[in-house]
Amino acid sequence: MQALIAQVQGPAAAQMLVAYLALGLALFVIGGIGVVLRRNPVVVFMCIELMLNAVNLTFLAFARYQPDQWRTPTLGDPDPTISAAMSGQMMVIFVMAVAAAEVAVGLGIIMAIFRMRNEVDIDDMSTLKD
Amino acid sequence: MESGFPVFVVLAVVSILSAIGVVAFKSPVRSALSLVLAFFTLALLYFNLGAQLLGISQIMVYAGAIMVLFLFVIMMLKLGGHDKQPEKTDRRLYVAIPVSIAIAALVLTKFIEPMLHVPVSVIGDEYGTPQAIGPALFTTYVWPFEIASVLLLVGIVGSIMLAKKRF
Repeated sequence: MQALIAQVQGPAAAQMLVAYLALGLALFVIGGIGVVLRRNPVVVFMCIELMLNAVNLTFLAFARYQPDQWRTPTLGDPDPTISAAMSGQMMVIFVMAVAAAEVAVGLGIIMAIFRMRNEVDIDDMSTLKD
Repeated sequence: MESGFPVFVVLAVVSILSAIGVVAFKSPVRSALSLVLAFFTLALLYFNLGAQLLGISQIMVYAGAIMVLFLFVIMMLKLGGHDKQPEKTDRRLYVAIPVSIAIAALVLTKFIEPMLHVPVSVIGDEYGTPQAIGPALFTTYVWPFEIASVLLLVGIVGSIMLAKKRF
């Protein structure tokens, strides 16, 4: 595991971190605009997936480039840098699992609504409100 | 700049353009294909970050499984063509885009920009290999892993229930 040892780097690493975070923010905002604007529920789901992926990218950027002052060392942890990188990747794995379950159930709900009403338009689905 | 920066710029431009395509295309099929491109470029960005296993699972789970599910639903709902009436987005467009840009500018200036001035550690390239992830997944994170498997089981049962004719 020698290759896992972290190396402290200068401003170049911080610039890469900021670049990845800005890309994640841009993708998240584009996805959010799509969720608000589009009326087709399938496309709204796609935009939610895009937002989840933007968050995954942010997690991985923080797993690779770790700001030193926010890393909290836990007791008995030989190298908090490695455990921080691992926990970032684990979060991405669990977000992927949750997204897969969410898409299966959500598309099932859209299919059921389509069978019931024969049209899909988010603005017309207000049965629960009335 | 780091060595991966030119690759990052190309991938970032492609992913942002395909994300805009997901939102802007009228046809859901074009949105879906544009989303496939976005997922692929994100997988390449994960490779650029050194997270190899997650890049592979991004291609398999998102660009493979989830997008097939989306395309099947589009096919079954007959949403393939252009929408019948133009989307009534006018009044929402004027609210959504300025508010989103304002929130993005706030996060960019208050949270992301200060990162330029903090000391940052870079972890070695080997942190994303299966050899590094496997032990962590099955020791420290074994209970979240099991809970995720239960969640996927619930998702399977729920989608079967929803797909039945009567419930």
